Amino acid sequence: MSVPARAAALLVAVAAVIGLGVFVAIYYIGGSSALPTVHYTASGGVTNVVLQEDPQNDSSSKPDWVSYYVQDPTTKNWVHTTLFSVPAGSTVHVTIYGYDGCTPLRNNYWSQVQGTIGGKVTVSQFDNKGKEYVTDDNTGVINGWSDCNVGHTFAIPDLGLFVPVASPNADLSANNLCASSPCTTSGNPYSLETFSFKVPASGGVYRWQCFVPCGGGYLDGNNGPMATLGYMMGEMDVVSS
Amino acid sequence: MTENSAEVTASDSRRHGWTIFWIVIVLSLIADLLIWFVGKPHFPPGDMSTSATHQQFDIAVLSVSAAPVFIAVVTYFIYSVTTWRARGGDQGDGEPIYGNTKVAATWIIGTAVIVLWAFAFGTFELINPAGAGAGEGPNPIWNLSATKSSSWSPDSNDMLEIQAIGQQWTWTFRYPQFGGMESSVLYLPVNTPIEFHVTSLDVIHSLWIYNLGVKADANPGVDNVAYTTAKQTGDFVLRCNELCGIWHGAMYNQGKVESQTDFETWASGLQVREGSDGLLSALPAYSLTYDPTVVPQLGQAVVKVDGITGAAGYYYPPSDPVTP
Repeated sequence: MSVPARAAALLVAVAAVIGLGVFVAIYYIGGSSALPTVHYTASGGVTNVVLQEDPQNDSSSKPDWVSYYVQDPTTKNWVHTTLFSVPAGSTVHVTIYGYDGCTPLRNNYWSQVQGTIGGKVTVSQFDNKGKEYVTDDNTGVINGWSDCNVGHTFAIPDLGLFVPVASPNADLSANNLCASSPCTTSGNPYSLETFSFKVPASGGVYRWQCFVPCGGGYLDGNNGPMATLGYMMGEMDVVSS
Repeated sequence: MTENSAEVTASDSRRHGWTIFWIVIVLSLIADLLIWFVGKPHFPPGDMSTSATHQQFDIAVLSVSAAPVFIAVVTYFIYSVTTWRARGGDQGDGEPIYGNTKVAATWIIGTAVIVLWAFAFGTFELINPAGAGAGEGPNPIWNLSATKSSSWSPDSNDMLEIQAIGQQWTWTFRYPQFGGMESSVLYLPVNTPIEFHVTSLDVIHSLWIYNLGVKADANPGVDNVAYTTAKQTGDFVLRCNELCGIWHGAMYNQGKVESQTDFETWASGLQVREGSDGLLSALPAYSLTYDPTVVPQLGQAVVKVDGITGAAGYYYPPSDPVTP
């Protein structure tokens, strides 16, 4: 084989390897970006973010995984994603509907509310008939062990934000949880929790996650939904104007 | 007459040998002085703690030891290439090489001395600073000299005990001498012997406090003990150094070394705050597992109620299958 032919063969081989690498990278990295991002805007410096956490989800691949949903601020539809964006420098007011039952925290330290404005959250609990049996409880600790009142947590470690998310009352929700996602307040026991925190004035992407080991079927309850974007972990994109 | 001919005299060999020797001596002296006085202050991981200072010292000593060896090899290589290279028109064979007892003995003794020196120095530096900042397991062989007490106060020689708890994907720090309070920021008092008890609540992590020269694996159910003493006040970042899942790269926490009085003020204040808001009473007794199913404080009746279904209250213990 002549030298030009060998050189051409070598170039083709190198190009094929590079092309394969680029394809794999785009396939996998591009795959994660297919998850929709819900964009929130601020009004008067306040951004209202609305989430819900469910015992299951409406996906076809992993329907039994616990999951967060994000509410689209325009359509009010629930989007099965954990990606959302907020304006930089705004005060984010978070509302979380908790439909999943309690699971003891691995470290009960996460029972403590940290990083919110005022260091507290406001919690209400409802049964499946809409009866409100806990109303606007403003608390700094939701004990995940003694009363088993914590379903999941919403934490953004880089911002020092750690919030235990209340579950519906243990006795009333044990065998009576929402069974179809996205859940609705009608006919299901749920908790309603609100809190606020300040996001940085500059842009950046902040990961958030749940610290309750809620990945059923996985070692120690980790992995699965705990380690997958779109379920119990996500990213908050702080967008500077 | 060419250098590589059989006519090379013994006096020529000695002359070349002494030339190489003095070149190596001069260059080594220059290199070692530069390493010690210019490089050492900038060597990692700095001198923020006793263990970090020792590690910096170790790197400097080993660099000073290695520099002459490196210079000798490179000098001999360059000298050979420039002095004994084949010159134009030289068609002769290379000089035959026979065994040389002196050279062989020098090589064996020299390398043995270097290895034994590294062994002795390394062992001393492992023992001397109480494990060199590394995890020594649950029963440390080399302890830091200090008073073990159930409380800690400034201006004492009390050992401050801190449990570093890793979980996917953050660290928390528990202070048993302050009522078992916890913090997600690692506060330390300066000039205080510190005993880290490193563990994990899920997978294997590794506590790496680079600036303090501390590194200890965090294994579930294992108490891995490491020692250090911070020498300077200031901020630092601690990281997980064991690939532990998708957010391993984001598993870092902030740390701060304060004066002893500032630390006591912070610790006492946090203890009071966590006590008044009910967190302290919610935390378990000092434990390695933090498994709610084996911690007596857990409301067993509630678990019995909620444990009926996986969705409501089931705690996934280690005995759960890895994958459905």
